[in-house]
Amino acid sequence: MKMNVRKTAANTTVLIVDDEPSIVIAVEFLLQQEGYKVLKAFDGNAAIKIAEQHQPSLVILDVMMPGITGFEVARKIRENPDLEDTRIIFLTAKGTTADKFEGYANGAEAYLVKPFDNQELMNNINEMIAYG
Amino acid sequence: MLLLSGIALWSDAQATKGNKLTTHPVVYSLSLAVYCTAWTYYGSVGRAATSGFDFLAIYIGPAIFAPIWMIVLRKIIYISKAQRITSVADFISSRYGKSTTLGIIAALIAVISIIPYISIQLKAIAAGFDILIQSSHLEATNIPFYLDAAFYIAVVLTIFTIWFGTSKLDPNESHEGLVAAIAFESVVKLVAFLSVGLFVTYSVFNGFTDLFKQASAVDKIQQLFIIKSSTSGTWEWIWMTIISMSAIILLPRQFHMAVVENNNPNAVRTASWLFPLYLLLINIFVIPIAIGGLLILKDTGIEPDTYVLSLPLSFGKDYLALFVAIGGFSAATSMVIVAVIALSIMISNNIMVPLLLSSYTMRSEKVVNLSNRLLGIRRLSIVVVLLLAYGFFKAVSLQYALVSIGLISFTGIAQFMPIVIGGLYWKRATKAGAIAGLSIGILVWAFTLPLPTLVESGNISGSLMSKGLWGISWLRPYALFGLEGMGQIAHAAFWSLLFNTSSYMVVSLMTRPSAIELTQADFFVDIYKYKDKTIEYEFFKRRAKITDLVGLLNRFLGEKRAKELLEQFEIDHQIKLSKIESASTEFINFTETHLAGAIGAASAKAIVSSTSKQDPIKMEEVFTILDQTQEVIRYSKAMERKSKELEDLTFQLTEANKQLKELDRMKADFITTVTHEIRTPLTSIKALSKILYDYPQLELSKRQEYLDIISSESERLSRLINQVLDLEKIQSITDVKMELIDFKEVVKEICHKFQQMIIEKNIDFTLNLPEEPLNMKGNKDRLTQVVVNLLSNAIKFCDSEQGKIQLTLKAQQDYFTLKIKDNGRGVPKAMERYIFERFTQVSHQQEGKPKGSGLGLAITKSIVEQHEGRIYLEDNHGQGATFVVQLPMYVMIDILDKS
Repeated sequence: MKMNVRKTAANTTVLIVDDEPSIVIAVEFLLQQEGYKVLKAFDGNAAIKIAEQHQPSLVILDVMMPGITGFEVARKIRENPDLEDTRIIFLTAKGTTADKFEGYANGAEAYLVKPFDNQELMNNINEMIAYG
Repeated sequence: MLLLSGIALWSDAQATKGNKLTTHPVVYSLSLAVYCTAWTYYGSVGRAATSGFDFLAIYIGPAIFAPIWMIVLRKIIYISKAQRITSVADFISSRYGKSTTLGIIAALIAVISIIPYISIQLKAIAAGFDILIQSSHLEATNIPFYLDAAFYIAVVLTIFTIWFGTSKLDPNESHEGLVAAIAFESVVKLVAFLSVGLFVTYSVFNGFTDLFKQASAVDKIQQLFIIKSSTSGTWEWIWMTIISMSAIILLPRQFHMAVVENNNPNAVRTASWLFPLYLLLINIFVIPIAIGGLLILKDTGIEPDTYVLSLPLSFGKDYLALFVAIGGFSAATSMVIVAVIALSIMISNNIMVPLLLSSYTMRSEKVVNLSNRLLGIRRLSIVVVLLLAYGFFKAVSLQYALVSIGLISFTGIAQFMPIVIGGLYWKRATKAGAIAGLSIGILVWAFTLPLPTLVESGNISGSLMSKGLWGISWLRPYALFGLEGMGQIAHAAFWSLLFNTSSYMVVSLMTRPSAIELTQADFFVDIYKYKDKTIEYEFFKRRAKITDLVGLLNRFLGEKRAKELLEQFEIDHQIKLSKIESASTEFINFTETHLAGAIGAASAKAIVSSTSKQDPIKMEEVFTILDQTQEVIRYSKAMERKSKELEDLTFQLTEANKQLKELDRMKADFITTVTHEIRTPLTSIKALSKILYDYPQLELSKRQEYLDIISSESERLSRLINQVLDLEKIQSITDVKMELIDFKEVVKEICHKFQQMIIEKNIDFTLNLPEEPLNMKGNKDRLTQVVVNLLSNAIKFCDSEQGKIQLTLKAQQDYFTLKIKDNGRGVPKAMERYIFERFTQVSHQQEGKPKGSGLGLAITKSIVEQHEGRIYLEDNHGQGATFVVQLPMYVMIDILDKS
């Protein structure tokens, strides 16, 4: 009997936030293949609401969205003590060093630039879920 | 003569004590009465006895003119004092750029006109003398000069004039003695003339009434004093009035007394009423004496010119006759003295000095003091003038009445009038114009007046009078260009002044004045601008050594006078000249002005120029300096304008810079946005195609869905690339081909193409087009794109179930409006501001992003603005979106229709 239960895909929820349905479709498919529970949001405000409700282990965030940006969503999540354990990965077309810096400064654990490599994205997600 | 000398000496002595009697306005007015010569004294009576009221004209002119002396004469005085002008010739030369040529011409005209005039004074004195000693007169031509009284009179007058007029070098250093003597003589001649008048009226006859009663009994006399309204008489009157107006100031002796000897410009005010009064008094008894003479001496054959003397003599009143003779003598001598002094100054300053200046001796450093030499020249001139006058007297004037020769002189001197008056008030007048006017005027004068006189007196024989010059009839001296019916004087004055004035004006307008002419013109015309200022009027940048200038003053004025002047200058300017090497402009001008007093403006300028270096001054510079105040204003305005321009330019530059920076930023933003927009579909395509590859056992429906997405995203990608290229093209090419098109047709065509799609989507489409064509200048392809973008947007965004679109096109005054209204969700308030910017898309949570690049409206806006129109979103209060496009109409101006 292990006290420290290792997290598995089956009991892990991942929130995907992107205003592009086609990207959400692609990422959702990849996560489902690994067995994750998937939640979806198409803009920043919806994302915050869902995150507060479901306290997902991981949020995959786009930056450029109508309404508030992904950076703001990340900050809001970090400000919420209930979401202390939630990990954040940025998945965005904004790829400059300055953008990456801003992403990490707002509390992200990883920053991936579109167009991404499916395998690389999944490796990042799996690692983060497994080792916190 | 002795009495005169006494008065002269006495007032000179008074003047040195500082008691300047001669600055008194009354003395000044009396000194102007030098105008009344023997011609007035004897000649008026003669004229009245032969032709009635004619004699009055030459007194009416000055009297009419007197009230405006304060304007004209005072201005001349101020100018002359400022520039130390010595004569009327000097005044003219000075005004027109200190021209030597003009000075010589003017001086010659003065000499030629005045010598006969002096000669008639000699005649008058001699005649009076002859009558007194009862010798047979009018035979002077036959006796040798050493027995001729007139000759001795001339000699005495010469000595007297030399003593009076050449005691001081600068005529501006007034001759108090001379002024006092002339004023005294004016009193004497007036009293004497009034005495004889009173004697005739009240002693010989019983007052005016008795006199006129007796006169009206004699038919011949009555005829004389009826004013005849003949044309020739009227013209003669008018012209004599005009030329005497100019004579009162421009006759050399008048100019000398009124201007050169004037030390108190405000005395002019008194003179302007006192002098006319004097003229009235001296003319009051002219007619009574003339009538008396005609009544009493009618059969004696006595010349009417001598009635003034003969009347008392015929009644045995010898002492009265003597007194009257003294009066006549006073009138004649005062005129002769002043006229000769004035002429001698002109001859020496305006003729001799300029001629001698080129000679070696005047410039030679060896000659230490030239002031005595200058006085010598002046004395010699006096002798020459009086000799010439005596010669003329012997040759011609015995045969003529006093008045006619006087009028010839008057008309000659009147030639100065246009250029003097023009010089005072017309800046544009040039030296060339003055020379032309003066020369032509005097030639016409010579041809129409003195020439016939010489012919008539038999000195020149020929048929000139009757047949004209070279036998051309319209060149007859008394009927030039066939103009007959005027008197001789009127005829000559009319033609000479007409030619004079017109050539003066025409040549002035045709020529450009030189720099010095411009400065002098400005000084003369705007004297009051300079008068109260201490600033120097001269704008020439001249450089000279102090020692050179002091040397000049020593040489021309004498060491004593020079020393006085230099001390005065040092006190006035608070400087020590010996300590300075190069002279200031003030000192150069000071030297020139004082030299001008001694040797005339033109010569002084030439001499000072020989020692000073004059920096070449450009016409432009002079023009700038002239009209200083105006120029300063204009200049400051120009500066203001310039600085405003600079400000504007700076502003424009800052704006341009801002715009460039903005453009730069926009470009960077654009690239970032474009790459972002390209990456998004690319990401979907890449991820989904990889999924399809990695999971070959994927169920068919999923596979189908992903392939669909890949296909549409690829389409989106290529559309995006096309539109980016479009937008760049529209914004970079500004000169699109514009042609006349009917916008209504464009809209109609598009609606037709969309018809199928509208029906398929079950949209309720309303189309409102106007009847008339909507002409405009535009590019059809681009405008088509505008309508297509807006219409497809409406189709895209209208309610998906019960779509409704309204398209309205209508003309307003000079533009027309296209409205496209849909019943979709409309544009959220927050987005309205950004709707026309690039890559702005309105998406809705549930539906996600609509298909499109986000460039459509940006492109539409660019095209509309290229057509000088505007596009905006109309507030619809949440009921769908209404896009409004306004474009300017092409207004055809149908000229044929209007007319």
